[in-house]
Amino acid sequence: MSFLTLEPIRLLLYLVGVCAFVGANAAYLVLAERKGAGRIQRRPGPNEAGYAGLLQPVADGIKLLAKQIMVPPGTDALLFRAAPLMVMAPSLMCLAVIPFGANLVARDLNIGLLLVFSFGSINVMALMLGGWASRNKFAIISSARVVSQNVAYEIPMLLVVITMLMVTGTMNLNEIIHQQAGWFWNWNVFKVWVNPLMPVTFVIFFICMLAETNRAPFDMAEAESELVAGAFTEYGGMGFGVFFMAEYANIVVGCCLATILFLGGWQSPFGALSGVLGPLWFLLKMYALIFTVIWIRWTFPRTQFYSLLNLSWKILIPLSLFTLVLTGVMIKII
Amino acid sequence: MSLSTAIRDVAGGFKSLLVGMRITLGQAIKPSITVQYPHQTLKMPARFRGHVKLVLDPETGKSRCTACGLCVKACPSDCIELDGIKREGEKKKSVTEYELDFTKCSLCGSCVDVCPSDAIEYSKDYNVVSLNREDFSHMDLVKRLEAEAEIWRKHHPPQAAAVATTPVTAPAALATGAKTPSPGQKAP
Amino acid sequence: MIAQKDSISPGSSLRAGGPAGPEADQHCPNETFVLNLGPQHPAAHGVLRVLMTMDGEWIKRAEPVIGYIHRMHEKMGENRTWAKFLPNTSRIDYLSAMHYTHAFVGAVERAAKIEVPPRAEYIRVITSELNRISSHMVWWGALLLDLGGFTPILYAFDDREKILDLLEGLCGARLTYCYYRFGGLYNDVDDTFLNGTREFVQHMQPRLKMYRDLVTDNIILRKRLTAIGGISAELCRKYGATGPVIRGSGVAYDVRRAEPYSVYSRFEFKIPVYPESDSMARYLVRMDEMEQSLRIIGQALDQLPEGPVMGKVPRVLKLPPGDTCYAVEAARGRFMVRIVSDGKEVPYRVKLRTPSFSNLSLYEEASKGMILPDALAMMGSLDLVIPDIDR
Repeated sequence: MSFLTLEPIRLLLYLVGVCAFVGANAAYLVLAERKGAGRIQRRPGPNEAGYAGLLQPVADGIKLLAKQIMVPPGTDALLFRAAPLMVMAPSLMCLAVIPFGANLVARDLNIGLLLVFSFGSINVMALMLGGWASRNKFAIISSARVVSQNVAYEIPMLLVVITMLMVTGTMNLNEIIHQQAGWFWNWNVFKVWVNPLMPVTFVIFFICMLAETNRAPFDMAEAESELVAGAFTEYGGMGFGVFFMAEYANIVVGCCLATILFLGGWQSPFGALSGVLGPLWFLLKMYALIFTVIWIRWTFPRTQFYSLLNLSWKILIPLSLFTLVLTGVMIKII
Repeated sequence: MSLSTAIRDVAGGFKSLLVGMRITLGQAIKPSITVQYPHQTLKMPARFRGHVKLVLDPETGKSRCTACGLCVKACPSDCIELDGIKREGEKKKSVTEYELDFTKCSLCGSCVDVCPSDAIEYSKDYNVVSLNREDFSHMDLVKRLEAEAEIWRKHHPPQAAAVATTPVTAPAALATGAKTPSPGQKAP
Repeated sequence: MIAQKDSISPGSSLRAGGPAGPEADQHCPNETFVLNLGPQHPAAHGVLRVLMTMDGEWIKRAEPVIGYIHRMHEKMGENRTWAKFLPNTSRIDYLSAMHYTHAFVGAVERAAKIEVPPRAEYIRVITSELNRISSHMVWWGALLLDLGGFTPILYAFDDREKILDLLEGLCGARLTYCYYRFGGLYNDVDDTFLNGTREFVQHMQPRLKMYRDLVTDNIILRKRLTAIGGISAELCRKYGATGPVIRGSGVAYDVRRAEPYSVYSRFEFKIPVYPESDSMARYLVRMDEMEQSLRIIGQALDQLPEGPVMGKVPRVLKLPPGDTCYAVEAARGRFMVRIVSDGKEVPYRVKLRTPSFSNLSLYEEASKGMILPDALAMMGSLDLVIPDIDR
């Protein structure tokens, strides 16, 4: 046990663990997405590779790995190659501060929340660089969209986070979870005595999370019926594969964050069994959110680009500002 | 736009999204509707139009085609070629060669419509697959009919023998018919 | 600054996303660039190519380039007999094959004065309206696919499959039916078909409600289609746009009413008209048309007379010299066949007036100044079938 508590060993184990977690999630969320789409569309989804299609991610992975990564002539080769890495690495970094259980966290930083958001915003730049470096018209249009979309949605998201900071008073993610102990009405999303609009805040956060991760109905970056494959048009093989995996890694991070901030993280819904079964509760909540993300994608058409910005500037930002002020007033009164 | 209508709009829009999500969830729990093709297949309806084939006359075990050539004339895409000879002792010509170019055929059915002796019909083959173009550009329908006739003869030994020995006199046919019932009865 | 600035010279405008030449920066007016949408593009539904001169995401000019699937149907009509051209008609617009065959068969019948038995006419109406519904379902799914909604097309295809199964059981083909013949039909309907159609009409009512709840009332779809892609009635008339496009511009023009053919005058049905002229109006017109088609089918099934399905047709069909037109309301608008005979077995001229061609023609003018996704949504609301344009 003392060997495992050695700091370098512990960090190495966490690094491997986080990489494996992200990799397995990215691979199997693709399968889950396709299976979910299949169910919603009343077809079985991939079911030929392995039992019930369970080997499909392996087959896809081999296919992508076997392909040559073409760097089209006239592109900025360095940026073109760097973009997939830049989109993948930050989401791995974010997971370093996510507490999966009471003691299951790589680095229990007191600015964990800040770290997640600062790394989360690199993702935008990577997508922009990828589109820019591709030297493709569809990709550049997509890049421009991604930037304005992410700038627009960063604001309501951070306003919501500030609201949460006022409620919790800490940036330490584990601390935030500790505050939500007890029955499920102690979760932040149900704390209507702190702010009657708390569920609305959660919905705003969730919508912003969808927009930040470029998920349908806000998938402007990869609007395949308009922009072929958006910023990824020129990418093939594992270059595309990494973008694809990063999308899912970002969803995982986003859903983790929503779970921690609003749904009590690893706290069990009825007060007991949070210690031992903590990671289980955490994953349960996280995958429920991910399922909702998938469900939303296969239900709605894509939003119009300017109505997406309208939604942010005209509805979400005023609403989140209002909740912010309301929370401030409520805290002052109580 | 006043604030109240704006709020009502947003709430109404949000509700429409929830309705959509309820519908997709409702569909998701219903059983799937697809047929897993190579493992399961559908039964083709009786009127299914596959490629044309020669009809085997269940009474004679031969084609009814008289090689009149009307189908060749009716075909919009010139995909039928046929030849026939007049056999001794028969009133009409019989077909010896019937070649269909299925690569050009548009399955319009003009040939079937126009045939005066109902000698061609649609087959029910829908998964016609080959690695060889020749298999479709020169589909030998007479050969296919022969394969069918082979099966037919197994099931109808007396008539088959009679057909095989044309033109023969009636007693001879009877004699051969008397000789061969035993293998025929074994056949299902 | 935009990364790729292609000059609008013919050479560079042909490139999709290739590197611009060194001369690109020198003569580049207004920083526009040319976006080559198609002929292989997910929103182009086949092989339509649109050369878009873009200013950022705003379209300055969208020029449709057609002809990638030109198959010389009109010329083919001139060198084969009347009957031999019949299979071609199903292939002009493969999604509404019944209507197209109807128009050609009707033109020949009108020229040769062939009487069609009433039972055949009623069955023609039933199958035509079934075909209209199935065509609108493909459009509905494909439009939603253009808008990024993946699921509706599979629900639509689930229902469309029922129509295709019915028609396959009736005439043996699922898409290119070739079911109408001069003077009647290829074969009579059986009880399986009639009962199946009745069941289908029953089945579709709740399904249409589901379509409405899932998609039509959806706020995202409403935002994407309402007040976007306006096409005025004047513009429709200028380019000869017909069908749901002109009805979505407030003009109640429907060939079934304006120049009644077959037995359409005997049925009660409404012509859906929406004066808003936007993409949503065209969308709603088609959704309402599905309901009206179901109504027509229901009436036709109830009134279906007994009798033969084939009239008297001469063995060798020679049309008297003359010029005959016959128009039908196809799923996409007015489809007209004009045949000119010089008394021979082979037509002198077969002119096909296809609706998609006219509906696409107005695209260049209508899409000016629109943003790319809106323009593609508008293209989806026009319901283009590329083989119908190129024919």
